Amino acid sequence: MVKEPIETKYFNFDELKLESGEKLSPVTLAYEAYGKLNADKSNAILIVHALSGDAHAAGPNGWWEKLIGAGKAFDTGKYFIICSNVLGGCRGSTGPASLNPKTGKPYGLDFPIITITDMVNAQKKLIDFLGIDKLLSVAGGSMGGMQVLEWLVSYPEQVVSAIPIATAVRHSPQQIAFDEVGRQAIMADINWNDGNYYGGPAPDRGLAVARMVGHITYMSDRSMEDKFGRKFRDKKQLLKKFAAEFEVEGYLQYRGDSFVKRFDANSYLYITKAMDYFDAFHGKGISEAFRGIKAKVLVLAFKSDWLYPAYQSQEIVKACKLSGVKTAYCEIDSKYGHDSFLIETEEETHLIRNFLKNVKAD
Amino acid sequence: MSKLIEKEYKVIAEMVDQGATVLDLGCGHGDLLALLTREKNVKGQGIEIDQQAIYDCVAKGLSVFHGDIDTGLPEFGDRAFDYVILSQSMQQVKKPDTVLTEALRVGKKVIVSFPNFAHITARFQLGFSGKVPVNPSLPFEWYNTPNTHFLSFHDFIDYCRKRGIKIEKKTYLSEKNKVRVLPNLFGMVGIFLISQ
Repeated sequence: MVKEPIETKYFNFDELKLESGEKLSPVTLAYEAYGKLNADKSNAILIVHALSGDAHAAGPNGWWEKLIGAGKAFDTGKYFIICSNVLGGCRGSTGPASLNPKTGKPYGLDFPIITITDMVNAQKKLIDFLGIDKLLSVAGGSMGGMQVLEWLVSYPEQVVSAIPIATAVRHSPQQIAFDEVGRQAIMADINWNDGNYYGGPAPDRGLAVARMVGHITYMSDRSMEDKFGRKFRDKKQLLKKFAAEFEVEGYLQYRGDSFVKRFDANSYLYITKAMDYFDAFHGKGISEAFRGIKAKVLVLAFKSDWLYPAYQSQEIVKACKLSGVKTAYCEIDSKYGHDSFLIETEEETHLIRNFLKNVKAD
Repeated sequence: MSKLIEKEYKVIAEMVDQGATVLDLGCGHGDLLALLTREKNVKGQGIEIDQQAIYDCVAKGLSVFHGDIDTGLPEFGDRAFDYVILSQSMQQVKKPDTVLTEALRVGKKVIVSFPNFAHITARFQLGFSGKVPVNPSLPFEWYNTPNTHFLSFHDFIDYCRKRGIKIEKKTYLSEKNKVRVLPNLFGMVGIFLISQ
């Protein structure tokens, strides 16, 4: 079997009308596709990524490589898999670091506020461009799960099945609070300069701290205990004032420092805000919000996930049931906290593969 | 699947109307729900606490919720289902009284099946051998049984009388056939169709 090389492609379109009423023009979406679209275009699955993800979902170093590929849960031998970088992102899609055609300079804070709805509307344009009318499934975790829910309510006719994982109908105050700490860390960095730092030193320290806070919320008490304990990287040295002596300190600093190499601080601000604004019910009551959804839904949560606790997934299930949506729900027993959706791939594979087996496009 | 369970499912399927809405509490691996979907065209959902069992339900394409039926069914309105089924699960929950009350609230009718702790073999084992009964309807040892409540058909009928629950139909099974004579002595599994 000849393996096709994976390449990131770019889809450009003229204009996107945003939820805020503003228009964004032009727009680029970076995307990757794996597998083959069948003749009647009924085997397409859209994978949607989380806060720090990108279009590179499968293949070497893909963020969900264990789930996407030949013989895997999202079997590229059967399905045509698409993943695009979100609007507002910094991995090839239009975002605050992109050039503003009006000024010829990067947008910075001139970039309009974007929402999860806008991200999904941009993805819809990509799907249309690829000639796909119905998606066999839309799947993703965390912020990806939010986009899955938004697809269900915005385009109920176009979605045959959906897999929202470790996600929520809307952020709780606790989730907004953690996001705000991240944003404040960025904005407190002297290099941030009201978002106007392109071409000069970037607010790397602020972004790194934001990422460190994020990483704490993605793990669980137990997974941190198992991974680091109270171990010292070298040994306790009371004379070395405030050096990263503990393993956990070193880990977080490493994670923060490596993040700034691939992520734009302004994108972090815009995307976390989009998550905080998100409300899958769009102001409707729980019994009306999901009316008209025709898809079969598989909702997954993880026991040790305290950032997106299982009760939030159960609210999704409840809304589905109240609207007569066929729904399966599983709370996977995992110790890895919110990160489980990226780590607990064996359990997910089992559930997703079997779920998709029973999904048929009409 | 054991012969006894197969027979039990057949009896339950006979009690359920075509195209009905069904909630299976403690649906296990989803065999009963799959059977009812296939043969009675029901719109079914299940609730099950065991993760591996949920996997099997998902593989069967069923609508299932991974959760505990002991905490009640607050997400469902009154009389939301034509039938609520407790197949071999009532005697396993912590609070059968609460679970039955909830089942009777969300279901127009409830189907309950459970093993008879007063079956003749059980009486002999307890009475003469002085040992906790193990038989085809009570196949577990004391240290690994999922059952936490032990009752006879008479106990259940008494309970329904006390609670003002109407028993619309009842069927008793032994390994070989339906039991019509002295069911509390010869019946291994009882299946009751009840309503409030």
